[in-house]
Amino acid sequence: MARVLRWDVIIGLLLVAVFAGGALGSPSFATAGNLSFALGDLGEIALIALAMTMLVVAAEVDLSVASVLGLSSALVGALWDGGMAIETIIPLVVLTGALCGLVNGLLVTRLGLPSLAVTIGTLALYRGLAYVVLGDKAVARFPPQYTALAVDDVPGTFVPYPVALFVLLAVVVAVVLHATGFGRALFAIGAQEQAAFFSGIRVKRIKLLLFVFSGTVAAFAGVVFTLRYGSARADNGLGIELAVIAAVLLGGVDFDGGKGTLGGVIAGVLLIGLLRNLLMLNDVSTEIQSIVTGLLLIVSVLTPRLISLLRPVRTGTSALKGTP
Amino acid sequence: MSGPPALALANVSKSFGAVRALREVSLELFAGEAHALAGENGAGKSTLVKTLAGVHRPDSGQVLLNGEPVVFHNPADAQRAGVAVIYQEPTLFPDLSVAENIFMGRQPRTSLRRIDRRAMRARSAELFARLGVTVDPEQPARGLSIADQQLVEIAKAISRDARVLIMDEPTAALSGNEVARLFSVVEALRGQGCAVLFISHRLDEIFSLCQRVTTLRDGAWIASEPVGGLTHDDLIRRMVGRELGALYPKQDTEAGEVALRVERLTREGVFTDVSFEVRRGEIVALAGLVGAGRSEVARAVFGIDRWDAGAVHVDGRPLPAASPTAAMAAGLALVPEDRRQQGLVMELSIERNIGLTGLRSLRRGLTISRAAERDRARDWAVRLRLKFAGLGDGVGVLSGGNQQKVVLAKWLATGPSVLIVDEPTRGIDVGTKAEVHRLLSELAGQGIAVLMISSDLPEVLGMADRVLVMHEGRITAEIPRAEATEESVMSAATGRAA
Repeated sequence: MARVLRWDVIIGLLLVAVFAGGALGSPSFATAGNLSFALGDLGEIALIALAMTMLVVAAEVDLSVASVLGLSSALVGALWDGGMAIETIIPLVVLTGALCGLVNGLLVTRLGLPSLAVTIGTLALYRGLAYVVLGDKAVARFPPQYTALAVDDVPGTFVPYPVALFVLLAVVVAVVLHATGFGRALFAIGAQEQAAFFSGIRVKRIKLLLFVFSGTVAAFAGVVFTLRYGSARADNGLGIELAVIAAVLLGGVDFDGGKGTLGGVIAGVLLIGLLRNLLMLNDVSTEIQSIVTGLLLIVSVLTPRLISLLRPVRTGTSALKGTP
Repeated sequence: MSGPPALALANVSKSFGAVRALREVSLELFAGEAHALAGENGAGKSTLVKTLAGVHRPDSGQVLLNGEPVVFHNPADAQRAGVAVIYQEPTLFPDLSVAENIFMGRQPRTSLRRIDRRAMRARSAELFARLGVTVDPEQPARGLSIADQQLVEIAKAISRDARVLIMDEPTAALSGNEVARLFSVVEALRGQGCAVLFISHRLDEIFSLCQRVTTLRDGAWIASEPVGGLTHDDLIRRMVGRELGALYPKQDTEAGEVALRVERLTREGVFTDVSFEVRRGEIVALAGLVGAGRSEVARAVFGIDRWDAGAVHVDGRPLPAASPTAAMAAGLALVPEDRRQQGLVMELSIERNIGLTGLRSLRRGLTISRAAERDRARDWAVRLRLKFAGLGDGVGVLSGGNQQKVVLAKWLATGPSVLIVDEPTRGIDVGTKAEVHRLLSELAGQGIAVLMISSDLPEVLGMADRVLVMHEGRITAEIPRAEATEESVMSAATGRAA
């Protein structure tokens, strides 16, 4: 009973169900072309979700990721407009993202502010900066050899380059999270920060690194986004932090930290992606899509709690305090 | 003693999971008596107090009020029945005045249903007069000494017509004069027909204040008897159930080189000018009252908190401030006071917890070796005789004593040269306690320098080669094993001239 109720099992079954439902309901769903598009469309969310997973496991969160993506996109546009070469632009922009993450991280670790509040602040701040950089205009006219990189498949497959990149990064993050000392430390920090600190773990340094990583990945996702649409705008990626967090929580990562697997998150990302794709294929309006994302977020936070209520309570557990 | 006892327990048992905190315990409190409750830490005193106060309900047995069985469903029931508990550190509303605290929720009203401050003030003054003390009813509670805060709590209790006052280690944080004043208040209460249950680790206080004493050991009732015919040793024997030496097996060891040297360490407003050394093979106890700054010194030495001045040397090398990572690398280990928040990650398994201090040494290439992680945990679990079902089990399911063994394991696995243990046996059963003592003694025998913070005086006296005593953030005495007695340690701890 308890085995079947494991969250990653449920999410896997859901994934299969959505896939089957999609294939039955819409003839164009289960085609290589559509799946390739669906995966590509998911690229930025998936990339950012990798970094977000590590943050949430460590009981932190970065809500500014979509704004960093927007700022990154705006910078790509402005610098391209200014005549800089893409080869120079990309490292510069990614570095800016790292800086954005550093600011978040310093505010959280040095001043001890809650990351939820800090990154709501920088969510507004970085988006504002994006408008300062590029204003309301859009920069297009990117040369096709670059935009192709963001949409084309790796030769001989139907895997778009961004997806290949995601797979690569996912492997790295999975190893770091589940097989290294750094990963062990993340889980300990998320579950009981004080005990982690008392065990000689450099809690602040690790958190700072996570924020820098998150900013870096978000900025890189901004480059991918810009090239994929062939359009740099300050409002690119508006609101995708919600989809990212929904995917992470749907993947079974506990918002309170200390629990989760990358496998679960990947399933969560795919589930969100397939759902969005299905809704699009069926011409469901963006408003409804937004409602679905919001509901998924709530359901994913709620369900594990409901499951734990259903589980038989183990006897003689930690509820007992050392009173006698 | 005529009539039924004001409050009594008859054959009360209470268990928490597998821990039997009280076993068939009986106790009778008569009006007009001061009754001591004696027992070691973990003997069941707190559970007994909480049962009388309506926090716990007995699994079996009865609570009797004036001879009639009653059931207290909650603390409010007990309060209405006239039972009041005065804790070691009262919790008053700091921004309200003394009078407002006393009459919180029951303020006297004027005819216009407004709070009648004048009446509140007058009645507070009256209460303090009954107790024979002077406290300004207008003063805000913030800034009152702990002793004065206790008096406010007592005044609050008698304003509610409490007939039974339970004082849970009220003197632990008081100075000599304050203790004397509290005792005169207890005398006044007795004279007015209250029954007082008095809990203290200081045997002298029991002998000078109380008429009768009930002793508990391991949750069981041992004796209720008049204090008059007892000696200190009688009482200790009842509490411990054996000679002291058996429980605290510190072997004599040759003290080696200095492993930990703390020089004039100061943290503003917390501790001042703390200097001491711990040699290899030595167990040095850091004794003192709650709030004397002992744990704070340990935290600073280990790098949890910053220090403002002074220096720490481990094996002759200076330690950078405020870095547990550096402290660990230098050979320090800290078994902290709070197992559940600081010692362990409760959600993680036994092996992950033990591995947490070895994330570097368990690395094979870039990743952690699961096999090495498991071996490390198994090795130490066996050596410390940990009782567990599987190494993958969460530490949350272990008993307090076994949790403490996991904390010890995770630190011993680092091969420390200095082991700091903060209240190493608090809240663990007597059997495991003896094991922990034997272990500390063995570790010292192997040449580890052990600094032990403990509020358990028999433990301090039994285990330590030297006793350092702190009072109000300073080390006030250093007492060699031969001269360490309850009296010498307590007088230094309370700031009375040593």
